[in-house]
Amino acid sequence: MRVGVFICHCGNNIAGTVDVAKVAEEARNMPGVQFATDYMYTCSEPGQEEIKEAIQREQLDRVVVAACSPRMHELTFRRTVEKAGLNRYFFEMANIREHVSWVGEDKDLNTNKAIEAVKLAVEKVKQNKPLFPSSFEVNKRVLVIGGGVAGMQAAIDCAEGGLQVVMVEKSPSIGGMMARLDKTFPTVDCSICILGPKMVDVSQHDNITLHAYSEVEEIKGYVGNYQVKIRKKATYVDWTKCTGCGECTEKCPSKDAYDHFNYGVAPTTAITIPFPQAIPKKATIDPTYCRQFVRGKCGVCAKICPADAIDYEMKDEIVTEEVGAIITASGYGLIDLDRLPEYGGGRYPDVVSGIQYERLLNASGPTEGHILRPSDKEEPKTIVFVSCAGSRDKSIGIPYCSNFCCMYIAKEAILTRDHIPDSKVYVFYMDIRSPGKGYDEFTRRAQEEYGVRYVRGRVARVFPKGKKMIVKGVDTLLGTQIEVEADLVVLATAVTAAPGAPQLAEKLRISYDQHAFYVESHPKLRPVETNTSGVFLAGCCQGPKDIPASVGQGSAAAAKVLSLFSRDMLESDPAVANVNINVCVGCRKCINTCPYGAIEEEELRDGRIVAKVLETVCAGCGVCTSTCPCGAIQLQHFTDNQLLAEVNALCLS
Amino acid sequence: MSVVAGKELRIVGFLCNWCSYGGADTAGVSRFKQPSDLRIIRVPCSGRVDPLFVVKALLNGADGVLVAGCHPNDCHYSEGNFYARRRLEMLKKFLSYMGIDDKRFHYTWVSASEGARWQQVVTDFTKQIHALGPLHQKEEAGD
Repeated sequence: MRVGVFICHCGNNIAGTVDVAKVAEEARNMPGVQFATDYMYTCSEPGQEEIKEAIQREQLDRVVVAACSPRMHELTFRRTVEKAGLNRYFFEMANIREHVSWVGEDKDLNTNKAIEAVKLAVEKVKQNKPLFPSSFEVNKRVLVIGGGVAGMQAAIDCAEGGLQVVMVEKSPSIGGMMARLDKTFPTVDCSICILGPKMVDVSQHDNITLHAYSEVEEIKGYVGNYQVKIRKKATYVDWTKCTGCGECTEKCPSKDAYDHFNYGVAPTTAITIPFPQAIPKKATIDPTYCRQFVRGKCGVCAKICPADAIDYEMKDEIVTEEVGAIITASGYGLIDLDRLPEYGGGRYPDVVSGIQYERLLNASGPTEGHILRPSDKEEPKTIVFVSCAGSRDKSIGIPYCSNFCCMYIAKEAILTRDHIPDSKVYVFYMDIRSPGKGYDEFTRRAQEEYGVRYVRGRVARVFPKGKKMIVKGVDTLLGTQIEVEADLVVLATAVTAAPGAPQLAEKLRISYDQHAFYVESHPKLRPVETNTSGVFLAGCCQGPKDIPASVGQGSAAAAKVLSLFSRDMLESDPAVANVNINVCVGCRKCINTCPYGAIEEEELRDGRIVAKVLETVCAGCGVCTSTCPCGAIQLQHFTDNQLLAEVNALCLS
Repeated sequence: MSVVAGKELRIVGFLCNWCSYGGADTAGVSRFKQPSDLRIIRVPCSGRVDPLFVVKALLNGADGVLVAGCHPNDCHYSEGNFYARRRLEMLKKFLSYMGIDDKRFHYTWVSASEGARWQQVVTDFTKQIHALGPLHQKEEAGD
């Protein structure tokens, strides 16, 4: 065996705390190593050339690169060795950057640790076998989860690219958060006016199938071939008959239902159409408030409906869709006002959230666009906005910035001054974060042109006094206490992951962080990919972001799907399980444990039953290998022998 | 070559590729300093870790073994870590019958974004192994 070892300096990243020359020198003495050297940047073009030349010159048949994480550059170097004529699996990487030079301070200890990492990789690569990928067909349909602006953009781009798109939206209408906004910053354009045409595109596009009021129940399969079960929740209205006339909503006697679309800023009826531009524009009954369900009798909507669409007996329905890729644009949530008791959140009706205020400003909202206090329906004259209400607050477990509050507060403040010219508007802020195009100018306009009073400092308490809300805070620029007698307080409530985000991630088999935002493949270079091949991210499910960023990610995710689907066949990873039929005793343990159903029984000519792996279905987890009592089924590239060689390299010497 | 005598003990870690190996990478990228004892073996899934690997490591010279995988319910392979949890918990119970302190073996869950948690896990486990001292010398001393 002729192993070549290449130690990367990575500039100073590795060489700064690891004696790379010594690592190379030690590597030369390892059994089986023919050649070892160190190089400034092994991943650079000349670095890769050097590997190729060394393979030819030294007739190397195995290669080890000791550099950064294999999660970073394993594919790069596999391609390099392949170009030089070696099988790409005759390559191993030793991670001496993320796991050594960046985490240890002592150069001697680091150098020793790096030498051991190289030794481990050398012993592993000597056990490696050549593997060859096979190919499988791709189902060129895509599932988009979430019908907000990011999901809609992704769906439209995919559909325009000729793909069949299935969209699943959990609420009765697509549109997401943007449909709730009155205006958008920094142009003060009408939100629904720019979103509406996109919503219509989604509903009318021949290539898009929309499942509204539906949720993903179960996902099976793998990239190219997913089977998705979708629960179409009972609306108690036959949507094939409902014309969206709205007569039922006018006559419904249950008028105290929670209004999900308006974030509960005012009650609504038990049967509703969320907003005038809703798509689909169909009524839905909320059985937790409907008298027919609560008291067992009413039936007003059934009597009044001219289309005879009401069906109190309706049940949830499960439909199955087959797709090849999934884009999740499942959006975000907002913390409950109850979690901000110091600001009077959840205790006083005249303390509202930013999104509730948005609905008070909106002409299709409960006040028809007149700003009226929830408590007495009077027009407020003094309005206080509190930014970072929950955001950047470790004490409630939200250390991050919610990204767009500074900007929407500026917008809401401007709109307030437009609606009520004699109003006084205060904004309490920690910092003004306005890094987008035209954003800083916009916050300045709020202050300079519209006379919004920006107070730098945090609010300590909000409490009622008569009809007023007293806002006590500090002005850190003047160094004084400040007290404002407000009529209405608006809290820029912190952005959270969408309710149910972890459960959806678990169905998708993607990771999420401690705040339940979904984790992208690489924070800089693979922002819409996940570590699960065929699953992509768009919008706020990955972290708080504003509309243009969400739209951009929607398009980016669509581009990724289109490029994935540009081939008819996908290459499968050959590092899958393989059965040695001479050893297999047919106990079926592997069949029962495989999470993918990738193992079947096979009857041999002599009548013996053995296990058989479906190569394209196997995902390469290796659970079967650890389960097999006789070592007959082995996960290629991570066989017992390969892993034990690594254990022995570390322990026996 | 082996560990640096007097400063390090022999600790072997089996890390799943998708979560914990990524978490260790995240810790590296964030420069979260850790003790240098741990040597990492990458496996696709914690469910790939055969308890025999752990035993073999401990019998052959390791002073401690750490296994880390995705958090339960968040396995890249949907349920591999459940198999890992069951097997490794059984293993932990059996170690003392082999005359090995079960504190020398630890399994835990670290996601790819939890760099700080990884630093904590490595630091705590290394401390724990140092408190126990070397596994093999002790046996010789007892002989």
